[in-house]
Amino acid sequence: MKILVTVKRVPDPETNIKVKPDGSGIVTDNIKWVINPFDEIAIEEALRIKEKNAGSEVALVSIGAKVVQEQLRTGLAMGADRAILVLTDDALEPLAVARVLAKIVETEKPDLIVMGKQAIDDDSNAAGQMLAELLGWPQATFASKVELAGDQKSMTVVREVDGGLETIATPLPAIVTADLRLNEPRYASLPGIMKARKKEMKEIAIGDLDVDVAPKAQIVKMDPPPKRQAGKRVESVQQLVDLLHTEAKVI
Amino acid sequence: MGDVLVFAEHQHGKFPKTTLVAFTAGKDAAAKFGGACHAVVVGSGVDALASEAAAYGMKTVFQVDNPRLEHYLADAYTAALAEVVKAKGIETVLATATATGKDLMPRLAARLGAGLAADITEIHADGTVTRPMYAGNVFATIKLVGSPRVITVRATAFDAAQKGGAAGAVEKVAVALDEGKLTMKFVGLEEMKSDRPVLTEARIVVSGGRGLKNGENFKTVLEPLVDELGAAMGASRAAVDAGFVPNDLQVGQTGKVVAPELYIAVGLSGAIQHLAGMKDSKVIVAINKDEEAPIFQVSDYALVADLFKAVPEMKEAVHKLKG
Repeated sequence: MKILVTVKRVPDPETNIKVKPDGSGIVTDNIKWVINPFDEIAIEEALRIKEKNAGSEVALVSIGAKVVQEQLRTGLAMGADRAILVLTDDALEPLAVARVLAKIVETEKPDLIVMGKQAIDDDSNAAGQMLAELLGWPQATFASKVELAGDQKSMTVVREVDGGLETIATPLPAIVTADLRLNEPRYASLPGIMKARKKEMKEIAIGDLDVDVAPKAQIVKMDPPPKRQAGKRVESVQQLVDLLHTEAKVI
Repeated sequence: MGDVLVFAEHQHGKFPKTTLVAFTAGKDAAAKFGGACHAVVVGSGVDALASEAAAYGMKTVFQVDNPRLEHYLADAYTAALAEVVKAKGIETVLATATATGKDLMPRLAARLGAGLAADITEIHADGTVTRPMYAGNVFATIKLVGSPRVITVRATAFDAAQKGGAAGAVEKVAVALDEGKLTMKFVGLEEMKSDRPVLTEARIVVSGGRGLKNGENFKTVLEPLVDELGAAMGASRAAVDAGFVPNDLQVGQTGKVVAPELYIAVGLSGAIQHLAGMKDSKVIVAINKDEEAPIFQVSDYALVADLFKAVPEMKEAVHKLKG
């Protein structure tokens, strides 16, 4: 079976993000860029499915500038077979991302698309759901367990929902978005890194796809969050409980 | 023009607090965008819920009642909602960013070709909205272009609506569902049973981190304090990652966002991702043996101590206080 996995280049989650003084964006100096952590989980899940189903292929797709090759190479080093990079210098909103991906799906015709549930930069948690709708496919978001049927025509997915775990069943092709507990992503091995250099990386200019990527949700400006003042140090548990009772009046 | 439609999510025949928050945000949006606030109740056998929604000051409650809609499924609910939006000339569709809201609203936005602003914290009179990005390190002002448009709101950013005022009208809306295109099937729901308050609704939340060392300590050390306070229990992503507790307890950027009156962080360092989910709490207490832990930078009361001593002591002190 053919599995398509989406990859986004994002700042390392440990990065302390600062807003530019003019509010036009974030300060990108000295940022370490990585694969969106949820996309790593998505790649891992695709690789596990491939390992269980002989003859399968895992293709990665990303949208961004030429530098995104770095993250795609990392994904290839984890074990994906090839990569597609849609080149653009613009930051696209989820709907535009979904429209671009829908075009890629037209030619790639995957049986399954695995995505991260959320990119940790934009935090929208939307592209997977949008792509599912544009394709008219079922969606299994926030997945913590994916089980394909033996005939590879359908799947059962356990989803992390408020207050519990929901199980749904869908036919394929379908979209899965990965939640935290789906798996523990592997590290790229040294032989994997060597092999990755020779794997196919296809580049497509976004203009060639003829997709409407005009913003529908424009970012007017960015501001830093309101600062919270550090409070007082207490010396004992008793003092803490007394203050919570008499000063903060919360217990 | 400017009409707002609130998706009134329900569970077990009731509206959770998160839905009451959506009513408030919907009315706020309608007032600022110059329209009326309606709600839509989707499900099977939802007469009582539709009447109840009307009591929260919704102008019209559209009741989409269909056996096929008994269980929430993204494809069928998207189809149903899109029909209501188009038929009723809705400009803004709004839901709370719950698991369902996050699953459904982007799909609906794609169906409508609409702009989406997810997890917003504020609605402005000029029609813009504010939403956090980068784990709450950035607050972006977003202008949604065109109509309709879709918004999900952060549950902690608006108050729960109260019943009152003139009750609105309930209008049943029949939707045509194309069975051939609806392929998702509900199999089951395994609910986490707990006698404790719901994490996102609790007045007090006590969260544990990796400092608890294992799942057993969550039970034997943290839970007695949680229950003494009548609190909900939360956890850091690190504690969930390590398998100490289930994921639905996760507070943070990719888990739940909470803003209780009192948040007690125990043995958790306060990674950016965790702070994103709790720093709007009214009073924050941190208990950590590492005085350099970033959690102390946002806490109102900081106790540098060994949690294995401090937590049982605190439980006793609270017990005495209650007399």
